[in-house]
Amino acid sequence: MKTWLTAEITTSAFHARAQRFYYGWLRLRANRLAFAGFCILVGLCVVAILAPLLAPEGSNEQSLALRLRPPSREHWFGTDELGRDIFARIVWGARITIRISCLVAVIAAPIGLAVGTAAGYFGGWVDTVLMRLNDIFLSFPGLILALGFVAALGPGIGNAVIAIALTAWPPIARLARAETLTIRASDYIAAVRIQGAGPLRIILRHIVPMCVPSVVVRITLNMAGIILTAAGLGFLGLGAQPPTPEWGAMLSTGRQNMLGAWWLAAVPGLAILLTSLAFNLFGDGLRDVLDPRSE
Amino acid sequence: MIAVQELRVRFGQGAGSVQAVDGVSFDVAEGETFGLVGESGCGKSTILRALCGLNPAWTGAVAIAGAPLARPPGRAFFRRVQMVFQDPYASLHPRHTVNTTLMEPLAIHGMDDRDRRVAEVLLQVGLGPAFRYRYPHQLSGGQRQRLAIARALILEPRVLLLDEPTSALDVSVQAEILNLLSDIRAARGLTCLLVSHDLAVIAHLCDRLAVMQHGRIVEQLDVGMLAGGRTNTAYGTSLLQASLGYDRRLARAGIEEGPI
Repeated sequence: MKTWLTAEITTSAFHARAQRFYYGWLRLRANRLAFAGFCILVGLCVVAILAPLLAPEGSNEQSLALRLRPPSREHWFGTDELGRDIFARIVWGARITIRISCLVAVIAAPIGLAVGTAAGYFGGWVDTVLMRLNDIFLSFPGLILALGFVAALGPGIGNAVIAIALTAWPPIARLARAETLTIRASDYIAAVRIQGAGPLRIILRHIVPMCVPSVVVRITLNMAGIILTAAGLGFLGLGAQPPTPEWGAMLSTGRQNMLGAWWLAAVPGLAILLTSLAFNLFGDGLRDVLDPRSE
Repeated sequence: MIAVQELRVRFGQGAGSVQAVDGVSFDVAEGETFGLVGESGCGKSTILRALCGLNPAWTGAVAIAGAPLARPPGRAFFRRVQMVFQDPYASLHPRHTVNTTLMEPLAIHGMDDRDRRVAEVLLQVGLGPAFRYRYPHQLSGGQRQRLAIARALILEPRVLLLDEPTSALDVSVQAEILNLLSDIRAARGLTCLLVSHDLAVIAHLCDRLAVMQHGRIVEQLDVGMLAGGRTNTAYGTSLLQASLGYDRRLARAGIEEGPI
């Protein structure tokens, strides 16, 4: 397996790709902080997948006799004001956090890439129209814009995802446009133009692959902000609605009992902090992994 | 095969504009290799970019393979005319394997039998099947330029435009690439237009050449005249002498006369 992955001569397109992936993996392993971030994220995913095993009672099992219990052997992270086990809520909440961040990435990255590469490649009035639209979105603070959208669309996780995605694409579009402007002038794009390729083919097959690494890095680094915005919306009561165990909403309700029962706010707060930190560390390392110059 | 009449290319508008090519005319017969030589900035590469449709801002009359050059040129044009770029480190897509790079033109033109065509052209430029699934960063400069040549050849063009194909390479590799080009030209009966500032390269490949200065053709020679040192203009002579190597006496004379 190892000899196959490090072979001097690659024998198929799949082999070549696998080998590039393998060298990327080695570079990620070599960067300890980034690898730590990667491990935390993998751990988060495992926890989310194994939620029914880790917390079989579910996230909404109430027991008013056991309300506001501090962390103990039975309740690792304590219980909240309705006697629900906070560990179980954090575990089930991981699913919501992952779903929000993945959905935002899946919606915002393609929009940003499409707008940015089109503006950069075509230039002229296309560029002007798309980038002024972009400026309008960029001129609002992200959370305020998301608040506005949620207020218009109605509270709920689905609408929060749409609202956050609408605030997340403009920086990606700017980045993709800047990359496209340098790539557009390069000889390899000139070469494919004189092979007779049309604009759509040039953008999709030749420009987008060059923009993807920086966009992936950017969105990974943005992920912390996205989680915080989602938590902020939950905190303000505009995101996840009770009794959904969303971390921001948990933080918000925990605030009322913060002086008497610190664990109510501290545990979801730590979970948000750890996940944001992991995304930032991983995103930073991903830059080195995806840079073709380092291969 | 290539007929260029009064070609002019202007960059920019108004007072800051530059007339990069100023009324250039020449003809290249079928199967012939024609050289354009001159110092940096004399407009020789600009002519090539205009001829292959990369720069639409030209005036004049250009006919290639009997058909006038349209703006933008149709897809069929690119099957007749292809170009090899100067710098193989810039002209290959860093995220495409050799195979992807060569398959791309075949896919654009909907050609059949792609697998065989790729294998054949790789053999022809001296890159074996072992190179087929490598990325450009795994290739040396000479291997990259061979790949760039393969990419130009895979559409089986009749005209090849060469933009200083060896100037970004090591001296030891330059000769290999030049021999490869002259073999391929002979095997396929290609018509070539070669741009270079290196008279040795021109003398090796070309039948005839034009000396350019400041966007104009100063004189046209055939390669025998070049070899015999029989140039007709002062500029041609000084270019030829400069190519023979550094000469302290000439350099001093050049300083006294001012830059050419």
